[in-house]
Amino acid sequence: MSAAATDRVLFVRGLRTNTDARRLFACLVGGLVLALMTGPSGSASAPTSGFTGSILNPRVFGFLGFGAAIWLLMTVRHRFGDRIRAASDRVQAGPRRLFPDRRVRYGIYVVVLAIAIVYPMHLSSFWQEVLVDQVGVYVLLAVGLNVVVGYAGLLDLGYIAFYAIGAYSAAYWTGALPIHPFVHLNPFWAIPFAILAATLAGVILGAPTLRLRGDYLAIVTLGFGEIIQIVATNLTGVTGGAQGVIGIPHFSIHLFGIRYAWGINNLPYYYLLLGFVVLVLVLFRSLESSRVGRFWTAIREDEVAAEASGINVLKYKVMAFAIGASTSGFAGMLTASKIAFVEPGDFTVQLSILILVLVIFGGMGSLPGAVVGAAVLQWAPWYLREHPVLGFQQQDIYIYLGALLVVMMIFRPEGMIPSRRRKREIGLAEHGVGHADALSGTGSGPVA
Amino acid sequence: MSTSVLPEPSAALATGDAIVEVVDVSLSFGGVTGLAGVDLGQRRGEILAVIGPNGAGKTSLFNCLTGVYTPQSGSIVFRGANGHETQVIGRKPHVVNHLGIARTFQTSRLFNALTAFENVKIGVESRQHTGPVGAMLRLPRTRREERDSDARSTELLDFVGLRARANELASALPYGDRRRLEIARALGTAPELLLLDEPAAGTNPSEKVELAALIRRVNADMGVSVLLIEHDMRLVMSLAHRIVVLNFGRVIAAGTPEEIQRNPAVIEAYLGTTEGEREASGGSEGPGAGAGTDPGAGGEER
Repeated sequence: MSAAATDRVLFVRGLRTNTDARRLFACLVGGLVLALMTGPSGSASAPTSGFTGSILNPRVFGFLGFGAAIWLLMTVRHRFGDRIRAASDRVQAGPRRLFPDRRVRYGIYVVVLAIAIVYPMHLSSFWQEVLVDQVGVYVLLAVGLNVVVGYAGLLDLGYIAFYAIGAYSAAYWTGALPIHPFVHLNPFWAIPFAILAATLAGVILGAPTLRLRGDYLAIVTLGFGEIIQIVATNLTGVTGGAQGVIGIPHFSIHLFGIRYAWGINNLPYYYLLLGFVVLVLVLFRSLESSRVGRFWTAIREDEVAAEASGINVLKYKVMAFAIGASTSGFAGMLTASKIAFVEPGDFTVQLSILILVLVIFGGMGSLPGAVVGAAVLQWAPWYLREHPVLGFQQQDIYIYLGALLVVMMIFRPEGMIPSRRRKREIGLAEHGVGHADALSGTGSGPVA
Repeated sequence: MSTSVLPEPSAALATGDAIVEVVDVSLSFGGVTGLAGVDLGQRRGEILAVIGPNGAGKTSLFNCLTGVYTPQSGSIVFRGANGHETQVIGRKPHVVNHLGIARTFQTSRLFNALTAFENVKIGVESRQHTGPVGAMLRLPRTRREERDSDARSTELLDFVGLRARANELASALPYGDRRRLEIARALGTAPELLLLDEPAAGTNPSEKVELAALIRRVNADMGVSVLLIEHDMRLVMSLAHRIVVLNFGRVIAAGTPEEIQRNPAVIEAYLGTTEGEREASGGSEGPGAGAGTDPGAGGEER
């Protein structure tokens, strides 16, 4: 046998028997796949250019390094995982929060808010626009979806449909649509109507489907998202069709002698949005720690026990779904007025999935998680576009997001800033406790 | 072991009208019979035990009583303290709970990621009215209800002896505590009738004594009627005012503990033809003593 063949045999045997080596191999292959997928495409004149440009290119070392880093993380976790977990269990058994002191927590909120107020003033108009259109609106969307997915544990894949409903409601009440209301409203007055329309849509869609098991909700909402987009495209007489609607007025105040109009400048919009986001956060924070929030946790944990404890499960599921929808509608309304333009192409399923990714990344059921998740993931692509690393191209963003999500699910399924309750649930599930299926736990079989 | 560790049953409370009446209830699962014409009446203030071998239909009966299963025929009428009579069949579990029937589960189903306190509080809060708007805005009523439910939950944890463990996660509690926490959560919904599905299963002898005392206090101090499924015969005999025996989905006997212990049909169902052997092996206190500390023993001995 030649030396090369022996080497090959040893290599394969090593992969079979050595777990660490196998993992390293998998991680490096993963890095190569990522490099290939995000690299340049080939062309007819140079059919191998896609390969040479992505693999036979210095950037490949970056991806291999990334794979190796993941492998290192996995190995450390594998070797020392028990000790780390024991330590973290001790921490959890001790102080219940990262910052147990209320004053410290509020201090952090104030500092973060102060930065959020001051920092954007020094940014260029491009970054201010990113902050409003990409970050701010998506933070609001993520916070809303967090109620549905994080608090109540319902998988909503058509979340963006309510955003569309909010946007078109704004267009309708401000008189921008082909059909007109009996009175044209200032965008501020259109807010309650947009929220109401989205909430109603949420109730109408949720009431029948939330009776079914969770999987059906995902399918129905997915379909609903598509329906809304198709209706918006084809109902030309009402929605303006595929060309969209233009001329939705900007926000303006004309009250008690104060006159102010939000024009094409981004900064005033940023502050308006910041105000709304903070308001929504305060309201949802109260909601989370209230009876309603506890019921949602109970339903997520054990639906049968929740019902037996007198909780109307359907009512609270519809409530969560509708509150999420209303937030989405609110965000849609704000965007419509800011951009002054709505088109059906804005409301793709991909966007629903993106918002879901933001929530999962940040930490399901955690308000700071949803905010940070949305802010980081929405800001990063723009930052990387301006300062490319490893030949980053913005159209590849979903590939990176997918890879990120896979890595997250392995190392930190509870998200970046997990909610306490969610983290415990995941911890318990890993120890094999909890979440019995449907009715099987009520007896030792149907004829018990 | 003598029966003196457990308190004697007090028949004093077992008076008054029926709180629940089960008439000719039949339930089957695709040809498999769960219940075949069960009749059962419980008086207000009574501790009624349902016993029977495994598969006799005890838990099915509970599930019918709480709206989890809908029987094919029969009627279950609940008579509340206000005199209203309500048909239970066809109502959803949470509606049944609001009528005043609370339950625990055979394998305890707590909200494991929540603390003991929060578990009880959820039960208490199911009787409150704060909606999402009130919760978001922290309206005065919301705050008042929050204070009320905090106070009531603490009281109930105290009542079941878990006050010291209020802030521990439900998943971290030992078995006996989980049982008592489940009872506290059920009591939080202010029930008139409490259904306990094998509350003593898997608990040790000293926990059993505490549990019996707790059930007695629930019955006597809180005035809650108790319907109990239990395999531990000494517990049942000492606790229950009356006993109903199910076998193959039918009621085969009903009466006081003394009557049940003497009933030939019961002895047959529990001990079959091996009665002599059982007595020879030390069980001399009737059918109950043999099934003693081994939950589920009744079924295996048929």
